[in-house]
Amino acid sequence: MNFDMSPYGAFIWPAYGLTVIVLGGLTLWTIARWRAVKAKLASLEKP
Amino acid sequence: MFDWLFRYANPARFMGLSGKLLPWLSAAALLALAVGLYLGFSAPPDYQQGRTVLILFVHVPAAIMATLVYGCIAVASLFSLVNRHLLADVAARTAAPLGAGFTFLALTTGSLWGKPMWGAWWAWGDSRLTSTLVQFFLYLGYIALWNAIEDETRAARVCAVLALVGAVNIPIIKFSVDWWATLHQGESIVSGKLAGVFLTPFLFMMVFYMLLFACLWLVRIRTVILERRVRALMGAA
Repeated sequence: MNFDMSPYGAFIWPAYGLTVIVLGGLTLWTIARWRAVKAKLASLEKP
Repeated sequence: MFDWLFRYANPARFMGLSGKLLPWLSAAALLALAVGLYLGFSAPPDYQQGRTVLILFVHVPAAIMATLVYGCIAVASLFSLVNRHLLADVAARTAAPLGAGFTFLALTTGSLWGKPMWGAWWAWGDSRLTSTLVQFFLYLGYIALWNAIEDETRAARVCAVLALVGAVNIPIIKFSVDWWATLHQGESIVSGKLAGVFLTPFLFMMVFYMLLFACLWLVRIRTVILERRVRALMGAA
Protein backbone atom coordinates (compact mmCIF):
# COMPACT_ATOMS: atom_id res chain seq x y z
CA MET A 1 0.00 0.00 0.00
CA ASN A 2 1.20 3.46 -0.88
CA PHE A 3 0.21 6.41 1.33
CA ASP A 4 2.23 9.03 -0.52
CA MET A 5 -0.41 11.38 -2.01
CA SER A 6 1.90 14.13 -3.21
CA PRO A 7 1.15 16.58 -4.65
CA TYR A 8 -2.60 16.05 -4.01
CA GLY A 9 -2.65 15.12 -0.32
CA ALA A 10 -4.50 18.35 0.55
CA PHE A 11 -7.46 17.11 -1.51
CA ILE A 12 -7.33 13.32 -1.06
CA TRP A 13 -7.08 13.15 2.76
CA PRO A 14 -9.95 15.61 3.37
CA ALA A 15 -12.10 13.55 0.94
CA TYR A 16 -11.42 10.40 2.97
CA GLY A 17 -11.78 12.30 6.26
CA LEU A 18 -15.21 13.62 5.23
CA THR A 19 -16.25 10.13 4.17
CA VAL A 20 -15.27 8.72 7.57
CA ILE A 21 -17.10 11.55 9.39
CA VAL A 22 -20.33 11.29 7.34
CA LEU A 23 -20.58 7.47 7.07
CA GLY A 24 -19.26 6.98 10.63
CA GLY A 25 -21.66 9.64 11.93
CA LEU A 26 -24.67 8.03 10.20
CA THR A 27 -23.63 4.63 11.60
CA LEU A 28 -23.15 5.87 15.17
CA TRP A 29 -26.40 7.87 15.07
CA THR A 30 -28.33 4.84 13.78
CA ILE A 31 -26.84 2.50 16.43
CA ALA A 32 -27.39 5.04 19.24
CA ARG A 33 -31.10 5.40 18.33
CA TRP A 34 -31.51 1.61 18.13
CA ARG A 35 -29.88 1.08 21.54
CA ALA A 36 -31.92 3.87 23.12
CA VAL A 37 -35.26 2.49 21.90
CA LYS A 38 -34.28 -1.07 22.91
CA ALA A 39 -33.40 0.14 26.42
CA LYS A 40 -36.69 2.08 26.65
CA LEU A 41 -38.70 -0.96 25.51
CA ALA A 42 -36.89 -3.22 27.98
CA SER A 43 -37.69 -0.83 30.86
CA LEU A 44 -41.38 -0.71 29.85
CA GLU A 45 -41.69 -4.48 29.46
CA LYS A 46 -40.01 -5.18 32.81
CA PRO A 47 -42.62 -6.80 35.07
CA MET B 1 -47.10 -9.93 -8.14
CA PHE B 2 -45.74 -8.33 -4.98
CA ASP B 3 -47.20 -10.92 -2.58
CA TRP B 4 -43.71 -12.11 -1.55
CA LEU B 5 -42.75 -8.54 -0.69
CA PHE B 6 -45.86 -7.88 1.37
CA ARG B 7 -45.26 -11.17 3.24
CA TYR B 8 -42.04 -9.68 4.63
CA ALA B 9 -43.62 -6.25 5.05
CA ASN B 10 -45.41 -7.63 8.09
CA PRO B 11 -43.50 -5.94 11.01
CA ALA B 12 -43.07 -9.20 12.99
CA ARG B 13 -41.74 -11.12 9.98
CA PHE B 14 -39.57 -8.16 9.02
CA MET B 15 -38.00 -8.03 12.50
CA GLY B 16 -37.23 -11.76 12.38
CA LEU B 17 -35.72 -11.78 8.90
CA SER B 18 -33.76 -8.53 9.25
CA GLY B 19 -32.38 -9.69 12.62
CA LYS B 20 -30.97 -12.79 10.95
CA LEU B 21 -29.60 -10.90 7.92
CA LEU B 22 -27.89 -8.01 9.73
CA PRO B 23 -24.81 -9.84 11.13
CA TRP B 24 -24.04 -11.32 7.69
CA LEU B 25 -24.56 -8.03 5.86
CA SER B 26 -22.38 -6.17 8.39
CA ALA B 27 -19.56 -8.73 8.09
CA ALA B 28 -19.74 -8.62 4.28
CA ALA B 29 -19.66 -4.79 4.37
CA LEU B 30 -16.52 -4.75 6.54
CA LEU B 31 -14.83 -7.30 4.28
CA ALA B 32 -15.67 -5.30 1.13
CA LEU B 33 -14.36 -2.11 2.80
CA ALA B 34 -11.08 -3.76 3.83
CA VAL B 35 -10.45 -5.25 0.35
CA GLY B 36 -11.56 -2.05 -1.42
CA LEU B 37 -9.25 0.16 0.65
CA TYR B 38 -6.32 -2.26 0.32
CA LEU B 39 -6.66 -2.51 -3.48
CA GLY B 40 -7.38 1.22 -3.80
CA PHE B 41 -4.34 2.36 -1.85
CA SER B 42 -2.21 -0.23 -3.68
CA ALA B 43 -3.30 0.98 -7.14
CA PRO B 44 -0.73 2.94 -9.16
CA PRO B 45 -1.26 6.66 -9.89
CA ASP B 46 -3.39 7.39 -12.95
CA TYR B 47 -1.30 8.79 -15.82
CA GLN B 48 -3.48 11.94 -15.97
CA GLN B 49 -5.09 12.26 -12.53
CA GLY B 50 -2.18 11.04 -10.42
CA ARG B 51 -3.32 9.79 -7.01
CA THR B 52 -6.52 11.87 -7.06
CA VAL B 53 -8.01 8.73 -8.61
CA LEU B 54 -8.29 7.59 -4.96
CA ILE B 55 -11.03 10.19 -4.46
CA LEU B 56 -13.14 8.44 -7.09
CA PHE B 57 -13.31 5.31 -4.91
CA VAL B 58 -15.30 7.27 -2.32
CA HIS B 59 -16.96 9.84 -4.61
CA VAL B 60 -18.49 7.66 -7.36
CA PRO B 61 -20.15 5.11 -5.00
CA ALA B 62 -21.55 8.02 -2.94
CA ALA B 63 -22.98 9.62 -6.10
CA ILE B 64 -24.52 6.34 -7.26
CA MET B 65 -26.00 5.69 -3.81
CA ALA B 66 -27.41 9.24 -3.68
CA THR B 67 -29.57 8.46 -6.71
CA LEU B 68 -30.23 4.80 -5.82
CA VAL B 69 -31.52 5.71 -2.35
CA TYR B 70 -33.83 8.33 -3.87
CA GLY B 71 -35.11 5.61 -6.21
CA CYS B 72 -35.80 3.39 -3.16
CA ILE B 73 -37.71 6.25 -1.51
CA ALA B 74 -39.74 6.82 -4.69
CA VAL B 75 -40.66 3.09 -4.97
CA ALA B 76 -41.56 2.91 -1.24
CA SER B 77 -43.63 6.10 -1.67
CA LEU B 78 -45.50 4.54 -4.58
CA PHE B 79 -46.31 1.47 -2.45
CA SER B 80 -47.31 3.81 0.36
CA LEU B 81 -49.79 5.71 -1.83
CA VAL B 82 -51.17 2.67 -3.70
CA ASN B 83 -51.16 -0.03 -0.99
CA ARG B 84 -51.26 2.20 2.11
CA HIS B 85 -48.71 -0.06 3.77
CA LEU B 86 -47.25 1.09 7.09
CA LEU B 87 -43.77 -0.33 6.42
CA ALA B 88 -43.59 1.47 3.06
CA ASP B 89 -43.96 4.81 4.89
CA VAL B 90 -41.33 3.79 7.43
CA ALA B 91 -38.96 2.56 4.69
CA ALA B 92 -39.22 5.84 2.75
CA ARG B 93 -38.82 8.01 5.84
CA THR B 94 -35.83 6.15 7.28
CA ALA B 95 -33.90 6.09 3.99
CA ALA B 96 -34.00 9.87 3.52
CA PRO B 97 -31.25 10.92 6.01
CA LEU B 98 -28.98 8.20 4.58
CA GLY B 99 -29.60 9.47 1.03
CA ALA B 100 -28.93 13.05 2.15
CA GLY B 101 -25.63 11.88 3.68
CA PHE B 102 -24.57 10.13 0.47
CA THR B 103 -25.52 13.18 -1.62
CA PHE B 104 -23.57 15.50 0.68
CA LEU B 105 -20.55 13.20 0.33
CA ALA B 106 -20.90 13.06 -3.46
CA LEU B 107 -20.98 16.88 -3.66
CA THR B 108 -18.08 17.53 -1.28
CA THR B 109 -15.73 14.76 -2.43
CA GLY B 110 -16.50 15.71 -6.05
CA SER B 111 -15.54 19.27 -5.24
CA LEU B 112 -12.27 18.07 -3.65
CA TRP B 113 -11.51 16.16 -6.87
CA GLY B 114 -12.61 19.02 -9.14
CA LYS B 115 -10.28 21.64 -7.71
CA PRO B 116 -6.97 19.90 -8.64
CA MET B 117 -8.34 18.38 -11.89
CA TRP B 118 -10.61 21.13 -13.28
CA GLY B 119 -9.10 24.08 -11.42
CA ALA B 120 -12.49 24.86 -9.84
CA TRP B 121 -14.34 23.75 -6.69
CA TRP B 122 -17.70 24.14 -8.37
CA ALA B 123 -19.16 24.95 -11.82
CA TRP B 124 -22.71 26.36 -11.76
CA GLY B 125 -23.13 25.79 -15.48
CA ASP B 126 -22.51 22.05 -15.11
CA SER B 127 -25.80 20.13 -15.28
CA ARG B 128 -24.54 17.04 -13.37
CA LEU B 129 -23.36 19.15 -10.43
CA THR B 130 -26.45 21.35 -10.37
CA SER B 131 -28.93 18.45 -10.65
CA THR B 132 -27.13 16.64 -7.80
CA LEU B 133 -27.35 19.80 -5.68
CA VAL B 134 -31.10 19.92 -6.47
CA GLN B 135 -31.34 16.31 -5.26
CA PHE B 136 -29.63 17.29 -1.99
CA PHE B 137 -32.23 20.04 -1.46
CA LEU B 138 -35.01 17.55 -2.32
CA TYR B 139 -33.73 15.27 0.44
CA LEU B 140 -33.60 18.17 2.92
CA GLY B 141 -37.10 19.30 1.89
CA TYR B 142 -38.44 15.75 2.26
CA ILE B 143 -36.94 15.38 5.77
CA ALA B 144 -38.18 18.85 6.81
CA LEU B 145 -41.70 18.08 5.55
CA TRP B 146 -41.86 14.80 7.52
CA ASN B 147 -40.88 16.69 10.67
CA ALA B 148 -43.21 19.62 10.01
CA ILE B 149 -46.48 17.63 9.85
CA GLU B 150 -47.58 16.17 13.17
CA ASP B 151 -50.18 13.71 11.86
CA GLU B 152 -48.03 10.79 10.62
CA THR B 153 -50.61 9.49 8.12
CA ARG B 154 -50.95 12.90 6.51
CA ALA B 155 -47.17 13.45 6.58
CA ALA B 156 -46.66 10.11 4.82
CA ARG B 157 -49.10 11.03 2.02
CA VAL B 158 -47.68 14.51 1.44
CA CYS B 159 -44.07 13.28 1.55
CA ALA B 160 -44.85 10.40 -0.81
CA VAL B 161 -46.19 12.87 -3.38
CA LEU B 162 -43.09 15.08 -2.96
CA ALA B 163 -40.79 12.04 -3.36
CA LEU B 164 -42.56 10.94 -6.56
CA VAL B 165 -42.48 14.45 -8.06
CA GLY B 166 -38.78 14.73 -7.15
CA ALA B 167 -38.07 11.41 -8.85
CA VAL B 168 -38.15 13.28 -12.17
CA ASN B 169 -34.66 14.49 -11.20
CA ILE B 170 -33.24 10.92 -11.32
CA PRO B 171 -33.06 10.60 -15.14
CA ILE B 172 -31.89 14.21 -15.33
CA ILE B 173 -28.90 13.37 -13.09
CA LYS B 174 -28.19 10.11 -14.94
CA PHE B 175 -28.36 11.48 -18.47
CA SER B 176 -27.17 15.06 -17.82
CA VAL B 177 -23.69 14.19 -19.12
CA ASP B 178 -25.24 12.90 -22.40
CA TRP B 179 -27.90 15.58 -22.90
CA TRP B 180 -25.74 18.62 -22.26
CA ALA B 181 -22.08 19.58 -22.72
CA THR B 182 -20.74 19.29 -19.18
CA LEU B 183 -17.44 19.67 -17.39
CA HIS B 184 -18.24 16.41 -15.59
CA GLN B 185 -16.98 13.40 -17.52
CA GLY B 186 -19.42 10.91 -19.03
CA GLU B 187 -20.19 7.39 -17.90
CA SER B 188 -16.97 5.35 -17.72
CA ILE B 189 -17.73 2.18 -15.72
CA VAL B 190 -20.37 0.23 -17.71
CA SER B 191 -18.74 1.37 -20.98
CA GLY B 192 -15.48 -0.29 -19.86
CA LYS B 193 -13.36 2.89 -20.01
CA LEU B 194 -12.02 2.38 -16.46
CA ALA B 195 -8.81 0.31 -16.29
CA GLY B 196 -9.08 -2.95 -14.37
CA VAL B 197 -6.58 -1.80 -11.76
CA PHE B 198 -9.04 0.96 -10.76
CA LEU B 199 -12.26 -0.90 -11.56
CA THR B 200 -11.69 -3.71 -9.01
CA PRO B 201 -11.21 -1.44 -5.95
CA PHE B 202 -14.09 0.72 -7.16
CA LEU B 203 -16.40 -2.34 -7.32
CA PHE B 204 -15.43 -3.43 -3.79
CA MET B 205 -16.09 0.10 -2.49
CA MET B 206 -19.41 0.15 -4.36
CA VAL B 207 -20.40 -3.13 -2.69
CA PHE B 208 -19.36 -1.66 0.68
CA TYR B 209 -21.54 1.43 0.19
CA MET B 210 -24.52 -0.71 -0.84
CA LEU B 211 -24.14 -3.11 2.09
CA LEU B 212 -23.64 -0.24 4.53
CA PHE B 213 -26.84 1.37 3.27
CA ALA B 214 -28.69 -1.95 3.56
CA CYS B 215 -27.50 -2.43 7.17
CA LEU B 216 -28.29 1.13 8.27
CA TRP B 217 -31.67 1.11 6.51
CA LEU B 218 -32.70 -2.16 8.16
CA VAL B 219 -31.62 -0.95 11.62
CA ARG B 220 -33.47 2.35 11.15
CA ILE B 221 -36.68 0.57 10.08
CA ARG B 222 -36.34 -1.80 13.06
CA THR B 223 -35.86 1.24 15.33
CA VAL B 224 -39.10 2.88 14.13
CA ILE B 225 -41.01 -0.40 14.61
CA LEU B 226 -39.77 -0.60 18.21
CA GLU B 227 -40.52 3.12 18.75
CA ARG B 228 -44.13 2.42 17.77
CA ARG B 229 -44.26 -0.45 20.26
CA VAL B 230 -42.87 1.87 22.96
CA ARG B 231 -45.51 4.49 22.15
CA ALA B 232 -48.24 1.83 22.25
CA LEU B 233 -47.04 0.58 25.64
CA MET B 234 -46.79 4.10 27.04
CA GLY B 235 -50.28 4.89 25.73
CA ALA B 236 -51.66 1.74 27.37
CA ALA B 237 -50.00 2.47 30.70
